[in-house]
Amino acid sequence: MTLGLSHNAQWVLLSTLILGTAAGIIGCFAYWKRQSLMSDALSHAALPGVIIGFAILGVKNLPVMIAGAAASALFGALIIHWIRSSSRVKEDAAMGIILSVFFGFGVMLLTFVNRMAGANQSGLDSFIFGQAASMVSKDVWLMSGLALLVLFIAIVAFKEWKLFLFDAAFAKGLGLSSRWMNSLYMFCLVLVIVIGIQAVGVILMAALLITPAVSARYWTNSFKWMMVLSALFGGGAGVIGTLLSAYGKGWPTGPFIVIAAASLFVFSLALGIRKGLLVIGIQQYRQRRQLNQPSVQNLHLPERGGSG
Amino acid sequence: MSYAGWIILTASLVGVSCGLIGALLVLRRMAMMADAISHSVLLGIVTAYLITRELSGIHMLIGAIAAGLLTAIFIQWLHSLGVQQEASIGVVFTSLFAIGVVLIATKVGNAHLDVQHTLMGEITFIPWERMSLPWIGEVPEAVFILSIVLIIVLIAIIGFFKEWKLTSFDPALAASIGIPVVLMHYVFMALVSVTTVAAFDAVGAIMVVAMLITPASAAYLWTDRLAMMMALSGVFGIVSAVSGYFIAVWLDTSISGSMAFSTGLVFLICFIASPKHGIVARFMRPTLTST
Repeated sequence: MTLGLSHNAQWVLLSTLILGTAAGIIGCFAYWKRQSLMSDALSHAALPGVIIGFAILGVKNLPVMIAGAAASALFGALIIHWIRSSSRVKEDAAMGIILSVFFGFGVMLLTFVNRMAGANQSGLDSFIFGQAASMVSKDVWLMSGLALLVLFIAIVAFKEWKLFLFDAAFAKGLGLSSRWMNSLYMFCLVLVIVIGIQAVGVILMAALLITPAVSARYWTNSFKWMMVLSALFGGGAGVIGTLLSAYGKGWPTGPFIVIAAASLFVFSLALGIRKGLLVIGIQQYRQRRQLNQPSVQNLHLPERGGSG
Repeated sequence: MSYAGWIILTASLVGVSCGLIGALLVLRRMAMMADAISHSVLLGIVTAYLITRELSGIHMLIGAIAAGLLTAIFIQWLHSLGVQQEASIGVVFTSLFAIGVVLIATKVGNAHLDVQHTLMGEITFIPWERMSLPWIGEVPEAVFILSIVLIIVLIAIIGFFKEWKLTSFDPALAASIGIPVVLMHYVFMALVSVTTVAAFDAVGAIMVVAMLITPASAAYLWTDRLAMMMALSGVFGIVSAVSGYFIAVWLDTSISGSMAFSTGLVFLICFIASPKHGIVARFMRPTLTST
């Protein structure tokens, strides 16, 4: 990994690799829980927490900001659940409300803090689009450590996750507490989101959770392999995006990571062996050829001719 | 009119048009679609700017409609290929938005169009960018565009009110009696895009979502009638826009942010106090709850 990068940049690269891997795996969980957009809502909802975490100390201190982000994202998740369960407003509207209102509140606070602190404001704006280059080695350690924790939880309890995602009733019958699993899932999701916001930013963090999982779906039907592929795609996107954004001065990292992930998605969509466009096209072509063969035509479509 | 007057007028126009469209969005369960379109409209605006090199209203409107429709078509296409609806929304809009941001960061990078502006909106500048109209005199350009968009939205909704109602509540019946449901879907997506881009200047990409969804959801807690819901949603939109402005002036903070925040306040009040579906009403009549 010596592509003319500084020592710090190598560490940053490593941390986006681990982050992308963790996001890819948790993204698979979110995909199968049909909560892809929940991650979008939660990552927007993390903004006020980041700003409050900053305002409390007055300096940029990543652990405090991450804790704030996690608190405010969990609070958002709680309100979404509350709105959905105790009123007629549907989940999608509830997510839209939390996403936009929390983000608006975050922007209000951001304006305050920018005026209040003055000096450190540049560090805060980078939380919106992500600025991997602004990370120092302490941040990298913290981020990688938390991402590894998520990876560990996902891999150690793989069997339980699988059961929980695909047959919740059976899992319950076996004595697996669905409340605990749900809490653990929410914990992992929020953890990945909050450690990602410095590198990818609150707006685009969701893409790192959604896109690799959807791309992996085009290659396999097995959940295990979907997780592996999604982790690879996520990690790859993290690395490619970070490298690309290092070319320009002050370029935001998040959008480049997302574009890398989107390119991998387009590649999978076109060439994926399970349901990719090329495979479907070949199948359809073969079927059409079969129908056009004289023997088949005489059997089934005597009057139609070769129109097939 | 005074400076504050123009801002309040702009914000109210945003509130009304978003409220009307939002009512249909919430009923069609397409709230997150609005989120998607409001993000990818950025790409349309940037592309229009890169082609024409000017930030005039009409080019941006066309670019935004194209981007909005493209988003809707992409999402539909992915969904038809077997991707979950939610996931396909997530993939499409984040990708388009990321392309838009990268284009701004690498190609445009000047004072005319920056990311901060498009995300947060800059309603404070609106009264300065004026144009003159016959008979009326000098009005800010944004007010003119917003008024036209409001008129388009009103014509579209009032003119086809029955059709909107039917396609929103019972698309199968609508299709069976010959209403072009798919066409209406894309017309609706175009309306969402137009409204979004017109409101973009004033409140920015993300606060548009607040204006679209939150007042409409609040109105949904009050009534079961579509016309009533639209009217209420428009009123809530105006109330939150105006109160948001005054909160922002009072606290000296971001206007668009505080407008989004005050839509949340309005929703919270309705959520607690609405006579039909509020928390208090539910608590007092536990047997009559309906979901």
